[in-house]
Amino acid sequence: MNSSLERSRKIRTAGVYAFFIIGSVIMIFPFVWMFLTSFKTVEESMIVPPTILPAAWQSGSYNKATASLPFFALYKNTILMIFWRVVCAVLFSSMAGYAFAKLNFKGKNVLFSLVLIQMMLPSQIFITPQYQMLAKVGLTNSIFGLVFPGLVSAFGTFFLRQAYLGIPNEIAEAAYLDGCNQWQTFVKVMAPLTKASMAALAVFTAVFAYGDLMWPLIVNTDLNMMTLSSGLATLRGQFSTDFPTMMAGSLLAMIPMVVLYLFFQKQFIEGVAMTGGK
Amino acid sequence: MAGNAKSGKLAKSESMWAYLMVAPTVIGLLVLNIYPFLDTIKLSFSKTRPFGLYELRGVENFVQMFGSPEFWRANWNTLYFCILTVPLGILLALVVAVMLNTKIKGRTFFRAVFFLPMVVAPAAVAMVWKWIFNTEYGIINTLLAHKINWITDPNIVMITCAIVAIWSAIGYDAVLLLSGLQNISKSYYEAASLDGATKLQQFFHITLPMVSPTLFVVLIMRLMSSIKVYDLIYMMIEEANPALTSAQSLMYLFYRESYVSGNRGLGSAVVIWTVAVIGLVTVVQFWGQKKWVNYEV
Repeated sequence: MNSSLERSRKIRTAGVYAFFIIGSVIMIFPFVWMFLTSFKTVEESMIVPPTILPAAWQSGSYNKATASLPFFALYKNTILMIFWRVVCAVLFSSMAGYAFAKLNFKGKNVLFSLVLIQMMLPSQIFITPQYQMLAKVGLTNSIFGLVFPGLVSAFGTFFLRQAYLGIPNEIAEAAYLDGCNQWQTFVKVMAPLTKASMAALAVFTAVFAYGDLMWPLIVNTDLNMMTLSSGLATLRGQFSTDFPTMMAGSLLAMIPMVVLYLFFQKQFIEGVAMTGGK
Repeated sequence: MAGNAKSGKLAKSESMWAYLMVAPTVIGLLVLNIYPFLDTIKLSFSKTRPFGLYELRGVENFVQMFGSPEFWRANWNTLYFCILTVPLGILLALVVAVMLNTKIKGRTFFRAVFFLPMVVAPAAVAMVWKWIFNTEYGIINTLLAHKINWITDPNIVMITCAIVAIWSAIGYDAVLLLSGLQNISKSYYEAASLDGATKLQQFFHITLPMVSPTLFVVLIMRLMSSIKVYDLIYMMIEEANPALTSAQSLMYLFYRESYVSGNRGLGSAVVIWTVAVIGLVTVVQFWGQKKWVNYEV
């Protein structure tokens, strides 16, 4: 009786492992294939049936990719866009989230409804007027242009308001009695208590800014002002049959985020799980 | 009396701080979202003129849009994409989540593996899948020993996009569902085991009802993002692809009308239509959830 139970548990565990191993192969194979293809020559990539490992590890595709795309500028633009979007989202959303959660003021509900309206509307409805505003003042093809739609975050405000609602009022009152004014209470006492939520918002903002394609494509059409995502879209047009070069470009574009992910895997996943439901 | 005056002063300083703290966000939302929202509505009733000028033209754009077969085709493509990706994607994500919830070694590693596509830009994801699905030299056709036109056959292209979309989102959805699963108290399963319930019975009578609120959140989110699908299809299907009209989603149509053809009025009409569709779907979802989502526990 006991041994048959033991056996069925073993079979179940083996089944779970089999599932995970097959699943992992499906999830990882495309990236392995991308990596291997990027070191092949165009001719070798077109051999049927394909070679698994490159006959000789060629870096020619990387030279071609970096020659046609200014990768240094793309990295810089992408990093600056992510940096400013994260800073703005975390800073302004913390301030507003705290005020909406903990302070009393006239018009609070009306102002908070602006946050809810933004969250309900898809971002594409804002794109054309946002672009036209920037075009009017000549700020397309700039870092500011890339950051522009992310200057404030309705989702971040909503999310951090939830975090502040979870903190008991007594803590703020104690700080207040100790002689802190509202701003000091917020910066020194309350904000540090939402560290985990701020980190989650930062990860969430960074991942989505990095993947965003439509806005960078529209606002920055100058190759030197593109992001990694929109730059790749240009590469696609140039090398439509040269897959090793496209794989090399894609690999260069994805590496920074994947490296960060390898180090902060837990923070990434938990950050996104925490903000989940957006 | 003095106390009243003091608390009045306190309240005044409190609201002053509050206004200062919400000011950046409120001003930002007004400039970046509320004004553009109203402006898009205005644009949808306007005709694009040269030099960035617009001319109010009433419902002309909507008449043109509703009369366009390309528009209806984009509606169908978007719906088809949702049908292909949402139920299957969520089902697979639930399976992965249930598996990740078992006590086995290496689950953190497997969770990280399934989540990986989330941190890769959709542009790069699309590039590698385009290569894998390539008709002549792609590895899938080599393995199948058939020359299937995964990306250029109008009847297949949407299935290809759906496969990539499911592959991309499965880890994200699974992580959300997993946090729902982990909130279920072990005592339910222990009690059910004592009563002789099989694992399958436990899944349908405990797991599924208890995870239904999370499942609902994931469903809403997945449906919203599927209706708005753009980047993946844009990267997989370029302008010259013969299957373009069979894969063009509503948001892709919006992009092409507004920024390739330069007809922003018509583009705006497409966005307004999409917002209306999303609103309708959301209302139906919240109405329908009463029938299957369990908030008892």
